[in-house]
Amino acid sequence: MRGGREVFCGLDFAVSAGTALAVTGRNGAGKTSLLRLIAGLLPAADGKVVLHGGEGELTLAEQAHYLGHRDALKPALTVMENLLFFRDFPGGTMSDPETALNAVGLNAIAHLPAAYLSAGQRRRLSIARLLVLRRPLWLLDEPTAALDAAGQTAFAGLMAHHLAEGGLIVAATHGPLGIPATTLHIGPAIEAVP
Amino acid sequence: MAVIDLANPTRFLKLVERVLPWLALATAVTLAIGLQQSLAAPDDYQQGATVKIMFIHVPNAWLAMFVWGVMSLSALGTLVWRHPLADVSAQAAAPLGAAFTFLALVTGSLWGRPMWGTYWEWDARMTSVLVLFVMYLGLIALWRAVEDPARAARAAAILTLVGAINLPIIKFSVDWWNTLHQPASVLRAGGPALDNAFLIPLLTMGVAFSLLFVTLHLAAMRNEILRRRIRSLRMMQAAQGAA
Amino acid sequence: MSALAALLRRDIRVALRVGGGALIGMLFFLTVVVLMPFALGPDLALLRRLGPAILWLGAMLASLLTLDRLFLADSEDGSLDLLVMSRTPLELTCATKAVAHWLTAGVPLIVITPALGLLLNLDLLATAAVALTLIAGTPALTFTGMIGAALAVTLHRGGLLLAVIVVPLSIPVLIFGVAASTAAITGPLSFGTPFSILCALSLASFVIGPFAAAACLRQRMD
Repeated sequence: MRGGREVFCGLDFAVSAGTALAVTGRNGAGKTSLLRLIAGLLPAADGKVVLHGGEGELTLAEQAHYLGHRDALKPALTVMENLLFFRDFPGGTMSDPETALNAVGLNAIAHLPAAYLSAGQRRRLSIARLLVLRRPLWLLDEPTAALDAAGQTAFAGLMAHHLAEGGLIVAATHGPLGIPATTLHIGPAIEAVP
Repeated sequence: MAVIDLANPTRFLKLVERVLPWLALATAVTLAIGLQQSLAAPDDYQQGATVKIMFIHVPNAWLAMFVWGVMSLSALGTLVWRHPLADVSAQAAAPLGAAFTFLALVTGSLWGRPMWGTYWEWDARMTSVLVLFVMYLGLIALWRAVEDPARAARAAAILTLVGAINLPIIKFSVDWWNTLHQPASVLRAGGPALDNAFLIPLLTMGVAFSLLFVTLHLAAMRNEILRRRIRSLRMMQAAQGAA
Repeated sequence: MSALAALLRRDIRVALRVGGGALIGMLFFLTVVVLMPFALGPDLALLRRLGPAILWLGAMLASLLTLDRLFLADSEDGSLDLLVMSRTPLELTCATKAVAHWLTAGVPLIVITPALGLLLNLDLLATAAVALTLIAGTPALTFTGMIGAALAVTLHRGGLLLAVIVVPLSIPVLIFGVAASTAAITGPLSFGTPFSILCALSLASFVIGPFAAAACLRQRMD
């Protein structure tokens, strides 16, 4: 339900470890709403989302990364400061920020304020956020938007690596993700593809 | 009919339709009796006929506080049980509470003019009621500022509960503040215990105004439910138009 | 604990760097106090008598105005989502953000109070009393105002609506803040009573504020 409007109902899907799910549908179909619902940022009117075999005491949201349209960066902070905050605050297994910046190709400008970054660079920095803190479930909303071809290929590699480590990915997307994924199409005519 | 059945808006509407005329009748009768008793009550030996303002003033002041209590209960209903009817109840109660508070202020002010020689005195009670009035208005402003009732409901519920915690604190601080700046002209409010000749009309008027509140509240809730149905019908229309 | 330290560090840095709001609150405080003599006339005796009240009003308005963006900025750039998804309880997150806000917006107000006291013809004792009551009382303003800041996020609405909603809740703080200051300056009441109550209000707001703000943020649905 969004603003008193029913967005979707009757959805039933499962994602297992090491696999990805691509959520497709036309604009306004509710892709973002579905991701936010999984992330616990939207209340579900009915039904629920369950993670089997995670760390028992944590909620699903506490074991998930959410990469949304808005990049959550503070322009006044440097690239490195932004990244370190997202390593230290949310909670999870931390890893080396240098390596993460290397992986997205931002290590050379780690000392610059985020205000100077282009849209693509901001997106890369957001992606580095996924790498610097290990959480099993990645919720990605149009992850490849604003990325150039090389960036998209590199990101596909990162996603493949995450899946190989037993992670899960649910991504809302219009284009191809670059990794093998089952597709869930949502829209006014509901047709859940398992 | 169990309480859980009332939780269904449609059943609630049906019940309201059946009960409302009788409630309105009861209100009118009690109010008539109360007014007659008030007029028949003797004049006070000190205050003269102005004491009769009390019969309107006190019930309004009592409802001013009671309505916030009703809203706090509704707020719990919104937050704990997430029930839409609780939202409607809180939303419908706020303007009524503001109206009762306003009447309490106005009648108090009119009463104060002959008693204290001024319409307004920064007396502890009047000041606390004024703050209560401002808080009602803030709550109404909040309801009106937001288009989506569900979103406004949660925010208003939290604010109502915070207000319920804060009101005693505010009352206490205003009392303290007032004793600090006690002006000489203020008479002791309350005074000697009320004689039965005053007490009985006062209680009747209290019952009458409480009935008035229940009647108006149910009617306002009915209107709000219908208003929301119209709203969602229009939204469905818009959605179909877009498809 | 390190998570909260990271949040505290981030919020303070953001507030102090370009585009942060720490300085604006101070300037606003200065403006309000400078404005008062123009309304009241340059009567030094009068200003001296009203001084504590003027300083308290100015500090209250300044802290209210800067609070507006406490959660709204995070909500706009999307980082609020990530704060909510953190393993740190949201109540602690809210409390930490309020502490960071108080350090960057409340403390500067207290620091410039002596200078403003000079403009209002307050003597050393009076200025010290006002500064002391501000130290005890501004946390209560921040932690109560935080509820309004969280409501602003739920409602997508800030500014005047917040002022209308939050100001009545701050009345007790204002009463006891000014009362304690005047008690210290002119008597006859002892300074201790209103000051203790002021501290009690601050302590109570430490509990109520974060819980109410976290409840608001959980209810936001966008």
